[in-house]
Amino acid sequence: MELVRKGAAELGELLAAGEVSAVEVAEAHLDRIAAVDGQVNAFLHVDRDTTLAQARKVDERRAAGEELGPLAGVPIAHKDVFTTTDMPTTAGSKILEGWRPPYDATVTARLRQAGLVILGKTNMDEFAMGSSTENSAYGISKNPWDLERIPGGSSGGSSAAVAAYEAPLSTGTDTGGSIRQPAAVTGIVGVKPTYGGSSRYGVIAFASSLDTPGPFARSVLDAALLHEAFSGHDPMDSTSVDEAVPPVVEAARHADVDGLRVGVVKEFAGEGYEAGVSARFTEAVELLESLGAKVVEVSCPHFTYALPAYYLIAPSECSSNLARFDAMRYGLRVGDDGTRSAEEVMALTRAEGFGPEVKRRIMLGTYALSSGYYDAYYGKAQQVRTLIKRDFEAAFEQVDVLVSPTTPTTAFPIGERADDPVAMYLADLCTIPANLTGNAAISVPCGLSDGLPVGLQIMAPVLGDDRVYRVGAAVERALEDRWGGPLLAKAPELAEAK
Amino acid sequence: MSAITRDEVSHLARLSRLALGDDELDHLAAQLDQIISAVARVQEVAAQDIPPTSHALPLTNVYRPDEVRPCLTPEQALSGAPAAEEQRFRVPRILDEEA
Amino acid sequence: MTTETLMDYDEALAKYEPVLGIETHIELGTASKMFCGCPTEFGAEPNTQVCPVCLGLPGSLPVTNRAAIEGIIKIGLALNCEIVEWCRFARKNYFYPDMPKNFQISQYDEPLCVDGYLDVEVDGETYRIEIERVHMEEDTGKSLHVGGSTGRIHGADYSLVDYNRAGIPLVEIVTRPIVATGDKAPLVARAYATELRELVRSLGVSDVRMEQGSMRCDVNVSLMPRGAREWGTRTETKNVNSLRSVERAVRSEIERQAGVLAGGGRIVQETRHFHEDTGRTTSGRSKEEAQDYRYFPEPDLVPMAPSREWVEELRASLPELPAARRRRIQAEWNLSDLELRDVVNAGAVDLIEATVAQGADPAAARKWWMNELSRRATEQGVELADLPITPEQVARVQAMITAGELNDKLARKVFEGVLAGEGTPDEVVAKRGLKVVSDEGELSSVIDQVIADNADVADKVRAGKVAAAGALVGAVMKATRGQADAGRARELILEKLGAS
Repeated sequence: MELVRKGAAELGELLAAGEVSAVEVAEAHLDRIAAVDGQVNAFLHVDRDTTLAQARKVDERRAAGEELGPLAGVPIAHKDVFTTTDMPTTAGSKILEGWRPPYDATVTARLRQAGLVILGKTNMDEFAMGSSTENSAYGISKNPWDLERIPGGSSGGSSAAVAAYEAPLSTGTDTGGSIRQPAAVTGIVGVKPTYGGSSRYGVIAFASSLDTPGPFARSVLDAALLHEAFSGHDPMDSTSVDEAVPPVVEAARHADVDGLRVGVVKEFAGEGYEAGVSARFTEAVELLESLGAKVVEVSCPHFTYALPAYYLIAPSECSSNLARFDAMRYGLRVGDDGTRSAEEVMALTRAEGFGPEVKRRIMLGTYALSSGYYDAYYGKAQQVRTLIKRDFEAAFEQVDVLVSPTTPTTAFPIGERADDPVAMYLADLCTIPANLTGNAAISVPCGLSDGLPVGLQIMAPVLGDDRVYRVGAAVERALEDRWGGPLLAKAPELAEAK
Repeated sequence: MSAITRDEVSHLARLSRLALGDDELDHLAAQLDQIISAVARVQEVAAQDIPPTSHALPLTNVYRPDEVRPCLTPEQALSGAPAAEEQRFRVPRILDEEA
Repeated sequence: MTTETLMDYDEALAKYEPVLGIETHIELGTASKMFCGCPTEFGAEPNTQVCPVCLGLPGSLPVTNRAAIEGIIKIGLALNCEIVEWCRFARKNYFYPDMPKNFQISQYDEPLCVDGYLDVEVDGETYRIEIERVHMEEDTGKSLHVGGSTGRIHGADYSLVDYNRAGIPLVEIVTRPIVATGDKAPLVARAYATELRELVRSLGVSDVRMEQGSMRCDVNVSLMPRGAREWGTRTETKNVNSLRSVERAVRSEIERQAGVLAGGGRIVQETRHFHEDTGRTTSGRSKEEAQDYRYFPEPDLVPMAPSREWVEELRASLPELPAARRRRIQAEWNLSDLELRDVVNAGAVDLIEATVAQGADPAAARKWWMNELSRRATEQGVELADLPITPEQVARVQAMITAGELNDKLARKVFEGVLAGEGTPDEVVAKRGLKVVSDEGELSSVIDQVIADNADVADKVRAGKVAAAGALVGAVMKATRGQADAGRARELILEKLGAS
C-alpha cells in the first residue's frame, strides 16, 4: 500500500523499524498535496524545503540514537491558527496576510519535539468563525467526498487534508464544534479534549473560554497518539489543567464497552435532523448495546439553549480578542496617508481586513457586552452555561458517556448557507454544550447518508478523555468489521494532477 | 419591533472600530436583528438565582514566580510592524489623550 | 483654550464646599511584568523589554505574577482593607495605540482589596480618608509624539510607541469621596498622596517615584454650595505627577469651578489635564460619546482566591508602618509635634534613623540632616536622600566630634568635602588637614596671646562676667582658623582667668 494511505501509528512503526525514512514519508505526502490540493484547497501554505529540512532532522535524530516518540517522522498538517516561526500564520484572515510570528505555539513546539514533520498550514474559517471554511479569506476548502460540498469548519482545511490522504494527521481547534463537525462531514476522527487539557498558548484566540486544540486522524488510535503528543500542562496558559494527560492511547487500544453506561441525549433528535443521520445514529447506539453497553435515554433540558448562549459568549469574547488587530504593531494597515488619525486607520483597516462573518460577530459581541445589554445577553448566557453544566453533572451521575449525532446534517453544498448565519450556526447545535462546560468529546464515523459521512459524537466528563477514545475505538472496530475497512475507503478517488 | 436599530448598529461599528459603509450597515442591521432575536432565547430560562459561569473549569490561583525570562529582540518585536522608526512602532497621529 | 474667570480661593471656599476623590496608580517594583517574564527596568532602550505577551501578539496569553499579587495584598492590608476571598480580573475594552491588546487587564466589580482607610494629618488635625477599593491592573506603553511644534499630542504628525512599560504591574487605589475638608482640601489631598507614598515605600513594593511615573494621581473635584446636600458635577484631572501638583491641581480646580458656577455656568463632567508650568488645568477633548468599556471577566486568567493563611502570612510580614513608626520615633527622639512634622516633610526619617543605627546620637543626627544637609540639598535642588552622602558617613563625622577630633565648624567642611566627591569623611579630614588643635601647649599659648590682646575683656571675666568669655573663645577660634576645640578652649580660658 502506498505510504499516504497508511495511518500514523503504522507509519511510526515503519519509521522506527528503519523501513522508511522521514524524508521519504514527507516526500510522498508533499507529492500527494501537489497532486490533489489544487482541487481540495486544504493548505494555505506548503513549503517543501522547510518540511524536508524538518524530516531530515528527524532522520538525523534517529540515526544519532535519540529516543523518539511513536510519531517521530510522521507528517502532519497544522491548522493556520497555531503560530509557527518558520511558516506564515494568518488564521485565514486578510488582516494577518504574510505575518511571520516570532514565536511557536506550545502545540507547535510539542509537535516539533515529538518529531512530527509539519507539511504546511491548513485553511480555516477566518479566526475560526464558521462551519464550512467559506469564511476564509483565501478560498474555500472542498470536501473530498464531494468537491461541491463543504469540508466543515472552522478546521475544514485540516479535515479535508486528512480525508484526502494529504496528511495522516492534522491539528484543529474546537470552539463550538470546529474539530468534531468537520471530522463528521469528512468521515474521519476528530477530538475536542477537555478544555485546558491542551495548551492555547500560540493559538490565535477566537473565544478564550471555549477554544480547545485537538487532533484529526483517520483512526481513533492515531488521534490518541497525536493527542498524547501535544497535550498536557503548559505554564504559559493559565487555564491549562495541571494534571496528567488521561491515558488516551491505552484506551484507544483497549476498545471495550462491556458494562459501560451510555446515555442518549434526548434533546438532540427529531426535527431538523436529516433522516439518514438519525438512522445511522440509531444503528450506532444499537451497535453499542450489542457490544455490551447499557444504553439509557438521558434528558439534558438546557442543551437546546446552548446554541443561543454560545452565540453570545463566543462573539463577546471575540469582540475583545480581535481588538488587537488594529494596524499598529503587525498585520495589514490601510489608509495611512499621513493625514488620517490612528483611529481612522484602525477603523479602515479593520473594515477591510476582516470578512463579513468576523465583523458580524464582533458587532454582536460588542452589543452583548455594552452597557444596558450586558445583563440581558452576556449575563444570561453565562447563567445558561451554569444550567448546562448542571445538566451534564446530573447526566454523568447516571451514565459514563453521552452520545448524539455530531451534526444534524451531512456536508451541505458550498454556498447553501453562506448568507444565512442563523442556518449556518445550526451545524454546531450538538457540539456546543461540551464547549461551554469544557467536557471532552469525539466524533467518529458511523456510516453514510446519501453517500455522505455521518458522525457519532461521544461526550465524557471533564478529564474523562480516555472514555471517548475507549468508546470511539469500540465503535470504530465493530463498524470496520461490518464494512470490511474504514468508512473513508468508500470515498471517491480524487483525480491526481500530474 | 426590531431588536436593534440602525443607529445602534452604527454606534456599535464605531465602538468596534469598523469603518462600515451605509450598505454594509444596512445589511448588518438586518442580520444582527435576526441573530439577536434568535439568541434572546437565553432569557427564557436563566432565573436570577442562577450563578453565572465565566470559565469552563473551576480553576483558581494560577500564578507564576516573579522571574525574568528572555525577551524578543527589538528586531523580532518590530518584524511585523507596518511602520517603525527609532526602534519604535510608528503609528498615525493620535487624536485623543485617551480613547 | 477658552479663558475662564477664576474665583479667589477664599471666596470660593466661603461659597462652596469641595468634595474630592483621588485615584492613585502605583507601579509595583517586581522583577518581571504583571503577566509575562519581561523585566521592568526604567529607562531601557525602546522595545527591548517586550515579548509576545506584553506586545499582545496573536495567540499569546497572560500568566499572573505571584509577587505582584503579594504586593497588592500588602498594600491592601496596610490600608486596612479587607482582602476578598474570591475575585476575577476583567477586561476593560477600548482602543488606544499604546495598549497592545486594545483592552487592559484590570478588575471591575470584584477588586482584590476593599473598604480600607488611611489617616492623614493636616495642621494637627486627623482626616480619615476612606479607601473604596484597591485593584490590580497592567500599565500601557508610551508614545512619543513627533512633528508639530510642541511635542505634545495635539498637532503631532505621527507617534512612536515603545512598549517597554506595557504590562508593568499597576495597583490602583481609589478613595471614597473625601468630604468636609473645607479650605484644607488641597492640603488634605497632598497629605493623602504623601502618606500613601510613604506607606507604599515602607512596604518595599514600589519605588513610588512620581517624577518617573511609578506613582501617578488622578484628582476628582466637585463643588457644592455651602449647605447643599447634593454633590456637584465632578471633573477628573489626570496624571498629576508631584505631591505639590496634587495640592495645586485641587486648588486650581476649586478656583476654576467656583468661577464657572458663580458665573451661572455648569461644570462639564470631563477629563482635565494639569500643567505644571501654569498650575492650571485644561479640558481634555470632550467625548462625542460616553465611554463604554464593556468590562467582562478575563477568560484567559482564572479567578484569584487568596487563602486566609496566605493573607495572614503577608500581614505578619508587613514592616512597621509609617504612622506607627512616627509615633515610636517621636518618643525615642523626644520630638515635639512640630519637629516631627519637619523631619517627616524633609524626608529625613529614614536617614536619621539609619544614622542613629550607626551609633550617632538622635539629636545630633537630626541636627546634621535637618540643618546643614537639608540646606545643601535645597541649594542643589535635590531630595535629601539623593545627596551623595550616606548615614554611615554622617555618623562617622559625628563620632569624630564626640571624640573631640572635630568641631561643628570643621564638620561642616568635612560634609562639604564628602559632597564634593573628595572621599570618605576620614579621607576628607586627611586631605584637607581638618583636625582640632588638641595640642594643649599650642592652644595654651594661643590663649595667652588672646588674653594679652584683649585685656579689657579678660578683666570682665576675672570680675565674674563669665559670659564675656565667649568673645575670647571666638578670638581663639579665629586665631586657629577654627581648628581648636572650642569647648576645651573655653575651659582653659576660664581656668587661666580664675573664673572656673
